[in-house]
Amino acid sequence: MVEKELTVKMETGLQARPAAKFVQEANRFSADVFLEKEGKRVNAKSIMGVMSLAIGSNEVIKLQADGPDAQQALDSLVSFIEEE
Amino acid sequence: MIKVRTKDLIERFDLELVAGKDGVHREIVTSDISRPGMEMAGYFTHYPKERLQLMGRTELMFLYDLQVDEIKDRMEKLCTDVTPGIVITRGLDVPKALIEAADHAGVPVMRSPYKTTRVISRLTNFLETKFAPSTALHGVLVDVYGVGVLITGKSGIGKSETALELVKRGHRLVADDNVEIRQEDYDTLIGNPPNLIEHLLEIRGLGIINVMTLFGAGAVRNYKRISLVVNLETWDEHKLYDRLGLDEDTMQIIDVHLPKATIPVRPGRNVSVIIEVAAMNFRLKRMGVNTAEEFSERLNSMIGDVDKKEIE
Repeated sequence: MVEKELTVKMETGLQARPAAKFVQEANRFSADVFLEKEGKRVNAKSIMGVMSLAIGSNEVIKLQADGPDAQQALDSLVSFIEEE
Repeated sequence: MIKVRTKDLIERFDLELVAGKDGVHREIVTSDISRPGMEMAGYFTHYPKERLQLMGRTELMFLYDLQVDEIKDRMEKLCTDVTPGIVITRGLDVPKALIEAADHAGVPVMRSPYKTTRVISRLTNFLETKFAPSTALHGVLVDVYGVGVLITGKSGIGKSETALELVKRGHRLVADDNVEIRQEDYDTLIGNPPNLIEHLLEIRGLGIINVMTLFGAGAVRNYKRISLVVNLETWDEHKLYDRLGLDEDTMQIIDVHLPKATIPVRPGRNVSVIIEVAAMNFRLKRMGVNTAEEFSERLNSMIGDVDKKEIE
């Protein structure tokens, strides 16, 4: 299991469209990916789960991945959150 | 964890704030409530000062037997810097010494018109719900024939689609994809949706739909006790699925063990009908009818009869 804490850089935060893209990205991997904000943990492959966290800009979140391609999944999702 | 403050109590129970209004933002850290009877008598060694204090007729009447300086001293000791508040019941008059001590220390004194025991049970229920251990799970919660069924399984297995079909068949959606669960009491789990996604369902290819506006108010519930877990998984040729229903598999959520059924999914299997039957069978079992066990006993007695005949 790999995990990383990071700050959301995207200006709009995870609004509906970016959230959908994020979930799509997470679904490319077979590893289980989880997203955590303020102690609330959701499955990063579930659009409703991710949106229910209402992740805004500059908020600190934690990404966790577990499975064969966990590291790739984590790297890819971290760059997604940190770049845009 | 949500913080509970004294002002939440005032709002929720419509209490009258008599004194100490500077302290309404004090945090309540425990659901325990104290009735400071011993303290009125002067024993403060084990005073649970961090608890909400409740004073009824007994405590207040006792004060009238005391000297003025004794009352002042005890009221001051009662109002510590961590005491979240003092509730006076039955709409009784608040002693002047208490008002002064409370204003000085900033401990809110609130008044309720109801009887002490009634106030205690209402406050305890409210606080216990607030302090209940909670978690969030990936799954869909549906009320099927009055049974709270939590559908779990990997992303894309068809949980939401199954829920949609259940709603179409007259059942009620509680939460899609993300269920907030809190444990009330030692054996009860209550699930509700996160506020933001209440009444919503996400169906691949359609997007987000609102079940309440589409199907009506009867198709949704805001919370539901969870009684049964149904885990959906892709059909695995090599896995052994329950063929008898004699053994009850369970899943632990917080401290509660819930009965769990694992349903293999493959094209042509109507999962929502299976879940309906699972819910009905669950009710039947709770009413004392266990088909699998009854059948097993019948089989055993048949085998027993055959054995006897052979011996004869």
